Amino acid sequence: MFDLLKFLRKESSLSKNIAKERLKLVLIHDRANISPHFLDAIREDIIKVISNYMEIEDGELDIHLTNLPKEGDGFTSALVANIPIRRMKNIGKNKG
Amino acid sequence: MGNVIVITSGKGGVGKTTTTANIGTALALHGKRVVLIDADIGLRNLDVVMGLENRIVYDLVDVVEGVCRAKQAIIRDKRFEGLFLLPAAQTRDKSAVSPEQMQQLCQDLREQFDYVLIDCPAGIEQGFKNAIAGADRAIVVTVPEVSAVRDADRIIGLLAANEMAEPVLVINRIRMDMVRRGDMMNIDDTIDILGIDLLGVVPDDEKIVVSTNKGEPVVMVQDSLAGQAFSNIARRLMGEDIPVFNLETEETFIDKLRKFFGKNGKKRA
Repeated sequence: MFDLLKFLRKESSLSKNIAKERLKLVLIHDRANISPHFLDAIREDIIKVISNYMEIEDGELDIHLTNLPKEGDGFTSALVANIPIRRMKNIGKNKG
Repeated sequence: MGNVIVITSGKGGVGKTTTTANIGTALALHGKRVVLIDADIGLRNLDVVMGLENRIVYDLVDVVEGVCRAKQAIIRDKRFEGLFLLPAAQTRDKSAVSPEQMQQLCQDLREQFDYVLIDCPAGIEQGFKNAIAGADRAIVVTVPEVSAVRDADRIIGLLAANEMAEPVLVINRIRMDMVRRGDMMNIDDTIDILGIDLLGVVPDDEKIVVSTNKGEPVVMVQDSLAGQAFSNIARRLMGEDIPVFNLETEETFIDKLRKFFGKNGKKRA
């Protein structure tokens, strides 16, 4: 059991695994940046879906990729969307 | 009609020129007619790696500008039947050539050679665009380090954006002692991240430095692992099915015992 714990700890601290994790994160951003159409495409689709439920200020819609600190240490990539709502549509109301 | 293949990497110093020289030489040794084009205008090096630096009269820029014919600029390597070099200009810069001119040149050369190999400059600017313009396919060279793998990924993206058919990967200068310790990304790690097919793996080998010192391709050196690896890569390009040799044998219990008792057996590769 002790050996297993030691093994697991060693596995995550191997420098090649650190390299791999760091690369995976940085490539998420690099790949997104290759095509300027990437975020635009997501943006269009999000507007389409959200508009079924609410009216939004599509001029002020902000969508970007960012790093968020992960529990413990390190970072994870996140797609952050800030979508100002103008008015809720009158559907799906809780008629409780 | 020959194949036009560009050897590229994004990052400098990972071994594009060495890879171009050795794959080219190996293809010639297998009886193919091969021309190597140095597309690194202003920073030419393929000539010195090949040991042909004293034979240059005309260069790539002279050819596209019509100063001479391609035939006059192309140097025949007297050591290897069927191997030729079109050197880059040293006193000009990347803007001396356009992608359209490279396309035309590659089109002309593919009619006379089985393989046209283009040594691409580092970077993603004009020189890269020129080098890939006339190519049918690309070999992406990387080393198992974060900076080189990141740049390779960027290059793969740019190749896709230029509608280049699926590029293949050469992992250069891998050190199996470090891989075994877990201090270097292994073959699977690298392929996993980049997501393209593997063409070959070249172990780090001091003999590369020695052979480059002399201007002789390492595929000529009998007992060189790197030379063997480049030769295998050339044969895979020719369509042969050669397994990637297993450089990665895990250290077995017996190896550990041997090491413990100071009897470190033969290095495996």
